Amino acid sequence: MSSLQDIADRVIAQAKPGEHVEAFVSRDGQTDVRVFEGEVEHFVSAQSEGIGIRVIRDGRTGFAYAGTLDQAAIAEVLAEARDNVEFGTPDEWAGLAAPDGVDVVQQVLWNDQLASLATERKIELAKELERLTLGFDARVRVDDSNYSDAFVESAVANTSGIRRSGRENGCYVSVGTLADDGDETQTGFGFSVGRSPDEFDLAKAAREASDRATRLLGAVKPSSKRLTVVLDPYVAAQFLGIVSSTLNGEAVIKGRSLFKDRVGEQVASPLFTLVDDPTNPSAYSATDIDGEGLAARRNVLIDGGVLHGFVHSSYSGRRAGTTSTGNAVRGGFKSTPGVGCLAMQLQPGARMQADLIADVSDGVLIESVSGMHSGVNPISGDFSTGASGRLISNGQIGGPVREFTIASTLQKMLLDVIEIGNDVDWLPMRAAGVTIVIADMTMSGA
Amino acid sequence: MIEQGVLERVLGLAVRGGAEFAEVFAEDKRSTSASLDDGRVEQVTSGRDRGAGIRVVRGDTTGFAHTADLTETGLCAAAEAAASAASQGGGGVRTIALTSRAGTKVNTVERYPDEVSKSTKVELLKRVDDAARSAGASIVQVSAGYGDSRRRILVANTDGVLATDEQVRGLMRISVVASGDAGMQTGFQSVGQTVGFEMFDNIDIEELARDAARQAMVKLGARPAPSGSMPVVIKQGSGGVLFHEACGHGLEADLVSKNSSVYAGKTGELVASPLVTLVDDGTMSTEWGTIGIDDEGHPSAYNVLIRDGILTDYMWDYLRARKEGRAQSGNGRRQSYMHLPMVRMTNTYVLNGTEEPDDIIRATDHGVYIAKLGGGSVNTATGDFVFGMTEAYLIEGGEITEPLREGNLIGNGPQVLRDIDLLGNDFAMGNPGTCGKDGQGVPVGDGQPTLRVKALTIGGTAT
Repeated sequence: MSSLQDIADRVIAQAKPGEHVEAFVSRDGQTDVRVFEGEVEHFVSAQSEGIGIRVIRDGRTGFAYAGTLDQAAIAEVLAEARDNVEFGTPDEWAGLAAPDGVDVVQQVLWNDQLASLATERKIELAKELERLTLGFDARVRVDDSNYSDAFVESAVANTSGIRRSGRENGCYVSVGTLADDGDETQTGFGFSVGRSPDEFDLAKAAREASDRATRLLGAVKPSSKRLTVVLDPYVAAQFLGIVSSTLNGEAVIKGRSLFKDRVGEQVASPLFTLVDDPTNPSAYSATDIDGEGLAARRNVLIDGGVLHGFVHSSYSGRRAGTTSTGNAVRGGFKSTPGVGCLAMQLQPGARMQADLIADVSDGVLIESVSGMHSGVNPISGDFSTGASGRLISNGQIGGPVREFTIASTLQKMLLDVIEIGNDVDWLPMRAAGVTIVIADMTMSGA
Repeated sequence: MIEQGVLERVLGLAVRGGAEFAEVFAEDKRSTSASLDDGRVEQVTSGRDRGAGIRVVRGDTTGFAHTADLTETGLCAAAEAAASAASQGGGGVRTIALTSRAGTKVNTVERYPDEVSKSTKVELLKRVDDAARSAGASIVQVSAGYGDSRRRILVANTDGVLATDEQVRGLMRISVVASGDAGMQTGFQSVGQTVGFEMFDNIDIEELARDAARQAMVKLGARPAPSGSMPVVIKQGSGGVLFHEACGHGLEADLVSKNSSVYAGKTGELVASPLVTLVDDGTMSTEWGTIGIDDEGHPSAYNVLIRDGILTDYMWDYLRARKEGRAQSGNGRRQSYMHLPMVRMTNTYVLNGTEEPDDIIRATDHGVYIAKLGGGSVNTATGDFVFGMTEAYLIEGGEITEPLREGNLIGNGPQVLRDIDLLGNDFAMGNPGTCGKDGQGVPVGDGQPTLRVKALTIGGTAT
């Protein structure tokens, strides 16, 4: 079998004069085990592979892909991509990434132990998590308990001299819970991730899944008012994900970011220093190269509340009069790279969550959110999300609340940050979690 | 796609170890998409996805494997992997004889999208861009996406079912940004149908583009949405997602069977206002969620879920129906051959009531009128759901007055169903949607007449 890099190399070798060609080739696989009541409900073992080819000629771009590495299919993909070039509008900034001299920070992204883990062990992990979860509270049921692992190998090559390949794997366990009390049911979840099962903390995942469901029992719909909001690390990481879309260089050049033309301005609280650093090995989404094959690197986005800069791919960088920041993001072989943050971290503060809560006289601790995708518009900045959590009164955590929203605007929320905790949690997202306290938001309930 | 003899041998191999059920799902999908942004046709993309997923069920355990190799060798390897995943044991040989089964005839495709030139498709994008940009001086950005697909599927299983379907879809999405003194606002419109390229002969895409532009411009002068509980009137064809989230997911038999739905054990009970009759209908001629067969080979169907407020039935796939010893309902769907099927909705809608829509607004002294809802999500176990309002207005003294900025609404499904107190006579289907569940997305439709919910919580900032 040819190596993925060989396949990519062979494609770009067919470039005709005046053509710029990029080939991205990948092969991936996953195992999913779902356990319910001590039995395997399903076991999925899946592998797939494919190629995406981008052709640029005279500033016009065409793209095609196929979910196979069959030679005849690859020839067809190249022909389709070439044909698609005819229909693009010439764009003076169109082009591929070129080597930029930035060295790759090597990372350990592959674990041999996981690659050879026995099937029985995978099933046992899911069963063990279910057992542990049921051990804390008699009111708790398990909806499903899961083990998953995945690997991906990929290679990219282009006619501008990029030639990179790599592979990574990882695994996670997760459990969904239900807690019943009379007619009432509440839900929770817990998870643990790692490069290998040795890194799992099953007991913590189980306890969190049990606690998340039971602590909401008896939750009421709160009345509407303005108050201080404390975002739990898990929620804060999702909030940073929304913030990142305003720092996307492509959104900026196309006029879709509320922070365009604001570099150098105070856009957030002085406590707010945000970096994107995929070279930090603690990050779940740590990586050595970006979606175009350039070295991933550390970028400061907001420094002491002052907007420092945006993240770019080679295209958005070129068009913005700067260079790629190594932030091309590729969703697999079926699409061309976009732009995005890879591994964000907010500079932590000095105190733990409990101490921050002790300072809040009237507030709410937000422990889960829903509808971040539907009620937040990162272009206008309008922010409104469904939430559940616990009220805070005179520094004390009070009763659970649910079926309410918290709302403000992104612009105001960033300026209203009054505390950041020291409780950095490397969650399986593109941002690390850390407690964030926001001075003033509107809670809508009864 | 695959010869019948090969299918019969592969299925035989899959159950040789003693499994009760095996299924081959094969798919060959060709798609084209084109995107326009910032005044440029950025890219035309062609895609090909082809492969088969093999499922083997033994007791309560399902094993699943898939392959992009549709030769007998490739299929047999996947069958063995799936069988081994469902665990070994037993023995014996079963002979499988397949009989072709017809799907529901939903419509006739006149022009397959792969027979239409790419330049014709790209031209649609340019028309959209021109129309949106000429809608007003405050329009600063337009992006549009065209997509089509031709998906052939084949399902064969050890119950002897052999069924095929061809699903042809076309889609246009339009996003517009307007800029004013108070910042930027956005507008969105889309259309999607399960039919050939002739759909664009019957749809005024310029009008859709102007409507997206209008939404963005209207919101430039919008005031912050209110905060708190109040009556909400939802315009025809814009609030089907309410039912999709508030009760549709809770009526999926896989969630019901695990008792993780608030509607579990409620058949025959009054679960909604007597005004409400809710249907899931995969047979509608050209709607986005329409299918000839589901992804388990069962013909699509018209299923009444709630009749006059009383819960009549859930939606079913093969596994859950088998467990209950009843018939499937044509709701076993999957994203692609790489995925296991689950219980999924198709087109979910509420039938007409009797009120004139204007009367519903006039009957509301103070509240919110929602002309367009965004996406939503639900916790099926508690019934709590949210959805975004992307175009909304205040109702004051029985009249629609000022536009509102965006926000989420939040409510509890069973409560909201009971709180529907006025139902219009102006049924319309809404925008095409992609429903996500367990990481899989499938096309779905929704619809409803204008209606009023007595009380819903609006998640704005104006107190």
